[in-house]
Amino acid sequence: MARLARLKLSEEEKKIFSHQLNEILEYMEKLKTLNTENIEPTFHPLPLSNVWREDKVKKTLPQEEVLGNAPEKERGYFKVPRIIEG
Amino acid sequence: MKEIFHLPAHKISKLLHKREISVEGLVKSVLERIEEKEKEIRAFITIEREKILEEARELDKRFSKREELPRWAGIPIAIKDNICTQGMLTTCGSKILSNFYPPYDATVIRKIKKEGLLIIGKTNMDEFAMGSSTENSYFGPTHNPWDLRRVPGGSSGGSAAAVISGETILSLGSDTGGSIRQPASFCGVVGLKPTYGSVSRYGLVAFASSLDQIGPITKDVLDAYFLFHIIKGRDSQDSTSLPQTSLEENLKGEVKGTKIGLPKEYFTPGVDKEVKRWVEESFKVFQTLGAELIEISLPHTEFAVAAYYIIAPSEASSNLARYDGVHYGYRTVSPREKGEENPVVEMYEKTRQEGFGEEVKRRIMLGTYALSAGYFEAYYLKAQKVRTLIKRDFEEAFQTCEVILTPVSPTPPFLIGEKIKDPLKMYLSDIFTIPVNLAGLPAVSIPCGFTEEGLPIGLQLIGRPLEEVKLLQVAFAFQEATDFHKRRPL
Amino acid sequence: MNLEPVIGLEVHVELATKTKMFCGCPTSFGASPNTQVCPVCLGMPGVLPVINKEAVKLAIKTALALNCKINLFTRFDRKNYYYPDLPKNYQISQQYLPLGVEGWLEISLKEGSKKVRIHNLHLEEDAGKNLHLEGTDYSLVDLNRAGIPLIEIVTYPDMRTLEEVEVFMNTLREILIYIGASDCRMEEGHLRFEANVSLRPKGSKTLGPKVEMKNLNSFKMVLNALKYEIERQSKVIQRGGKVVQETRLWDSERGISLPMRYKEEAQDYRYFPEPDLPPLDLPPEWIEEIRQELPELPQERRKRLKEKWGLTPQEADLLVGEKELGDFFDECIKIYPHPKSICSWLLGPVLRELRERKISLKESPLTPEYLVSISKMVEEEKITQTNAKFCLYEVFQTKKAPEKIIEEKGWIQVSDKGELEGIVDKVIEENPKPVEDYRRGKTQALGFLIGRVMRLTGGKANPKVVRELLQEKLK
Repeated sequence: MARLARLKLSEEEKKIFSHQLNEILEYMEKLKTLNTENIEPTFHPLPLSNVWREDKVKKTLPQEEVLGNAPEKERGYFKVPRIIEG
Repeated sequence: MKEIFHLPAHKISKLLHKREISVEGLVKSVLERIEEKEKEIRAFITIEREKILEEARELDKRFSKREELPRWAGIPIAIKDNICTQGMLTTCGSKILSNFYPPYDATVIRKIKKEGLLIIGKTNMDEFAMGSSTENSYFGPTHNPWDLRRVPGGSSGGSAAAVISGETILSLGSDTGGSIRQPASFCGVVGLKPTYGSVSRYGLVAFASSLDQIGPITKDVLDAYFLFHIIKGRDSQDSTSLPQTSLEENLKGEVKGTKIGLPKEYFTPGVDKEVKRWVEESFKVFQTLGAELIEISLPHTEFAVAAYYIIAPSEASSNLARYDGVHYGYRTVSPREKGEENPVVEMYEKTRQEGFGEEVKRRIMLGTYALSAGYFEAYYLKAQKVRTLIKRDFEEAFQTCEVILTPVSPTPPFLIGEKIKDPLKMYLSDIFTIPVNLAGLPAVSIPCGFTEEGLPIGLQLIGRPLEEVKLLQVAFAFQEATDFHKRRPL
Repeated sequence: MNLEPVIGLEVHVELATKTKMFCGCPTSFGASPNTQVCPVCLGMPGVLPVINKEAVKLAIKTALALNCKINLFTRFDRKNYYYPDLPKNYQISQQYLPLGVEGWLEISLKEGSKKVRIHNLHLEEDAGKNLHLEGTDYSLVDLNRAGIPLIEIVTYPDMRTLEEVEVFMNTLREILIYIGASDCRMEEGHLRFEANVSLRPKGSKTLGPKVEMKNLNSFKMVLNALKYEIERQSKVIQRGGKVVQETRLWDSERGISLPMRYKEEAQDYRYFPEPDLPPLDLPPEWIEEIRQELPELPQERRKRLKEKWGLTPQEADLLVGEKELGDFFDECIKIYPHPKSICSWLLGPVLRELRERKISLKESPLTPEYLVSISKMVEEEKITQTNAKFCLYEVFQTKKAPEKIIEEKGWIQVSDKGELEGIVDKVIEENPKPVEDYRRGKTQALGFLIGRVMRLTGGKANPKVVRELLQEKLK
């Protein structure tokens, strides 16, 4: 789970979190007691649909601002440690 | 003028427009108050001293030229640090954004700037809005101005504390599970969470997208009303925002014949006896004003916390995935480990491990789990179905009443450190505020009493979707019949 | 053991919209890195997506052209995974309710035709680009491409031969260009493929373990990769081994496929509905409107050109292969239904002019009216074939109308016998020897006499008529 969430937890953290999460998840078991057959899930609290925009070009950010907060950059690119693909 | 920083904006604006005070004078007074109080309260992460003084002087020039200026031009406002302000540090209370300067303004910021409000600084908060006490901030906790040993509430604790202590006139906070209402209650101020979709979320750093809303935290109901009007409205950049109805000029505070619902599930034995006492005192006030109190039921209330603590962390785990040290924010500086086969992945993991606090990590793990293959149906989908049931509870209740009255928090403000070790306990303290976010309804917290130790207690009024005006009418009526909103800490 | 390949394709198509899927950044190719980016496609804190309606329209168009059933209620979902070219570390895509489902594409093979079924067609956003420089320990990321609208078309594993795959890809590409969904410029990465292939004994109904091949960026790569994979898998099976179900990368330089070195532990995308975007409830009237707007598809056009206008398969292919040629042909035929003539003009002299000048028909001064005019004048013998070709050249050079050019150049052919008689008589008179030769059976002499008449008329005489006149008079 930590890998999926891209978190490098220490051994101690793993222990504490496991315990806490288990407690929390046990509490969630409550939900199982409810019958929700034939109930639609609410993904959006509003009855909205078909919200979209015209295909019109808008102002972009200047390159310096795009890279303005980048921890590492080079020649107009974001720089990261080597990506291994396979 | 003595203690002008304790006056609400609607009173100060009159003085400004009559030129009885200058904007610079006002701003200096607030800045001096911050000088005096900040060491103990720690409400702010960033204070824009030079900038606001400059802007104040500019406005004074325009005032003296008798230019027509917006109603609230010159009023200082503090902004919760999860709302993006162009060129101004925006940290979300986290190490991972401790060096982040947004290249753009949130829509609400554009709106308040247009209105002439002056941003005094960014306020402290629980990291990424995850928390109910402002103890989860990378920058340390904020202290409750009524009792410095206690929490101001969270996650908008900094905003609420700054308003009551006079370190700002107005503030904006955000609310996902009670983060405006509970700190408002703990600090003795007014906090409004608008109907979901009423205020644009563009520029609000997302925690749980289907629950987050920005709202005003103010000294009284009238200020909340006007500030809401300034920030509300459909935004083409936020596909989940709604068009709004027009402003009603004056709050009259007429509640004769208004039906107020009291949900029996919210008045259980678990509530602190002083909270219970003061909330029940308010019944008498409403009755005297001519309102009708009706008992109602919201039967699925007990499932709300569980549903929320699946939905919110799930959405959050996805919303926070972007903090990886690649394009902005903190990146790990620790050296590469031998045997680590994929350098980029290693960077992600270390950056996030070092950049996020405990509560954030906990919720990311919870959310990742709830969405993972094999659990999606049992957790996330189930929780969203329960949400439908909770929403229906309210829809039915609103057939027989127009406004619902409940406590805000089961306890008065607790001590710093008291609940932080027990996450589940902390989660359960949101029991009265969470259902409102799940249903997307508007709700306001207003002061309704003080404990024997002098700690504020708030009551919550919940309204029908898009009926903020009615809601605030009822709140205003209560306010005018009491004077809790006038009290200030020493 | 007779093994047959079972092949399916996943095609990613970059849509020809002006702006990205969820923000207003331009989609043009070749800009300097990170200059077509805004806070939204950069995935900055606090930003929100807004759907590009034109992208939805093009997706619907494509789904209809591929005979899909349109899901009127459709929605976006988040696909969560980490990658430096994916700024939010999730991709907004469609998992649970894709826009189009259960379609098919009919392909014409050397022998017969076949329907390749489409499992689904859905919208999503593209990722940025990663660059790796040889010998360095870092990678560079450019987000210009991040957020460009894509449609993903997923087929059932209905293909059995490389021919089928090739025809499928070509047919699909043609359709996409025809309906305007994409320009399909391969060098700009408009079309990308993923192929999955497994082997099974011929006649078996069960599927063998399949191998997915990623990042195949040209038709050639797809076919080479599949060819290699089929051979590799055959060898494994023949040796008595079991093919491993996995994802492999195609190394086009070395011509081999490799297992992915860094294994993503069972990639769990944790799909859930996108909370920042309300669902789409597509009005059926709009779908109908779009359906009406669909142009005639390549296969239909081919058929019509052959059956209605009697063109050869090669001619039909050429006119279909370049949509604007076919469109132009139709326009000409509307005014002047002489298909063979128009066709030979278009595929001959006109195409030559376009190629030499490196322009498209649209950019050229030639209109259907002009071409019809030239063709008509030849048919009606108002000008010679040769002059007609010169006339065409002049149209391109000077942009003037053919009639004007002919007038200015004096190329009008005289075909009136009355007008020519006088000159013919003169030539007969002045050239007794050739006349004598012709009467004695030397037919070439006639050519000489015709030539004389042509000279005297400054080339304007209709050679056919001149020949007739001479023949009559010298009987």
